[in-house]
Amino acid sequence: MNLWKDLENGLIKENPTFRLVLGTCPTLAVTTAVFNGIGMGIAAAAVLIGSNLIISLIKKIVPNEIRIPIYIVVIATFTTIVQMLIQAFSPALDKSLGIYIPLIVVNCIIIARAEAFAAKNPVINSVMDGVGMGIGFTVALTIISSVREILGSGTFFGMQLFGSGFEPALIMILPPGGFMVFGLSIAAFNKITSLRKNREGI
Amino acid sequence: MKLGLIIIGAIFVNNFVLSQFLGICPFLGVSKQLDTAIGMSVAVTFVMGLASVICWMIQYYILIPLGIGYMQTIAFILVIAGLVQFVEMVIKKTSPALYQALGIYLPLITTNCAVLGVAILNIDTNYNLIESLINGVGGGLGFALAIILFAGVRERLELAPTPKALDGFPIAMLAASLFSIAFLGFKGLFSGLL
Repeated sequence: MNLWKDLENGLIKENPTFRLVLGTCPTLAVTTAVFNGIGMGIAAAAVLIGSNLIISLIKKIVPNEIRIPIYIVVIATFTTIVQMLIQAFSPALDKSLGIYIPLIVVNCIIIARAEAFAAKNPVINSVMDGVGMGIGFTVALTIISSVREILGSGTFFGMQLFGSGFEPALIMILPPGGFMVFGLSIAAFNKITSLRKNREGI
Repeated sequence: MKLGLIIIGAIFVNNFVLSQFLGICPFLGVSKQLDTAIGMSVAVTFVMGLASVICWMIQYYILIPLGIGYMQTIAFILVIAGLVQFVEMVIKKTSPALYQALGIYLPLITTNCAVLGVAILNIDTNYNLIESLINGVGGGLGFALAIILFAGVRERLELAPTPKALDGFPIAMLAASLFSIAFLGFKGLFSGLL
């Protein structure tokens, strides 16, 4: 029961993207197409689950003063593994995510969960937290990248959606569109959760 | 000439924050007040310049001769973390006043993706040592330009009436979006040169 709570926590209550607003750099940079968004979400989730697992296992033997460098090494190791896997199995994804794959190391979601959750909780809970946060992050990236891809290039997963009369709004897949869609989706998330809270209050 | 183009490119055309999305967390996190924004950007510029040089040396003098290029991410992030710690100690000893001003921002820089980003980009674009240094400092100045301008806007935004759902991050994102449109203009301005 407790495990389910840890998993659910990352989906809505503490959604890393819409609620905590962490890991904003990849959220904005790779969401120009749904394929990239999902790929980045899964890659970050894999690193997050792995690092939560290891950090939770070693939490008793890590000296407090140098815990952050140790966490960073653990995270960097998993990032390198994920980077090599992507290069081997999906060169196309590797090419479109580019520099943002090694930058998973400095994704604040991962170090924040290591520090705030994995360093204090049992192993299984930490893994569940990683899974929940990973899914929350992937879902958020999928939503943002769907909006941007549909409006910005008129496609979804590369499939043409509209007839030839549709003029795509190029700005949506350029940097300004990223900020705009991200800002508006946080606003929408806030609105929906506050409406839900009001209803429960009555 | 080429160095001039690199620095203009790093500051305006490929601005790290507004067109490459590197360093967004501190861009949104510490841009609420003008003076903290200035402190942060000085510290970031300094570390970006230094990290560019040291990571370049690590890559070409250690990783490539030993044939362990796949250790790049781990080596770079460790170097940057160590560098930030070192800079913090040096500043603390030599200039307590500067330490007072920058102190709290320094640890944050380790997880600023602009620093690791510039180190990796220098390698990916095959810059030599001098070009890497220029690109690092230019990137830092670009970060400074974006965050200082943005802090000025955000100080006004705090006072402006906004719809409740847009309060805080969302309205800041929309402002950043307008900023980014303005910076797109530089692309056209310099496209003949680059």
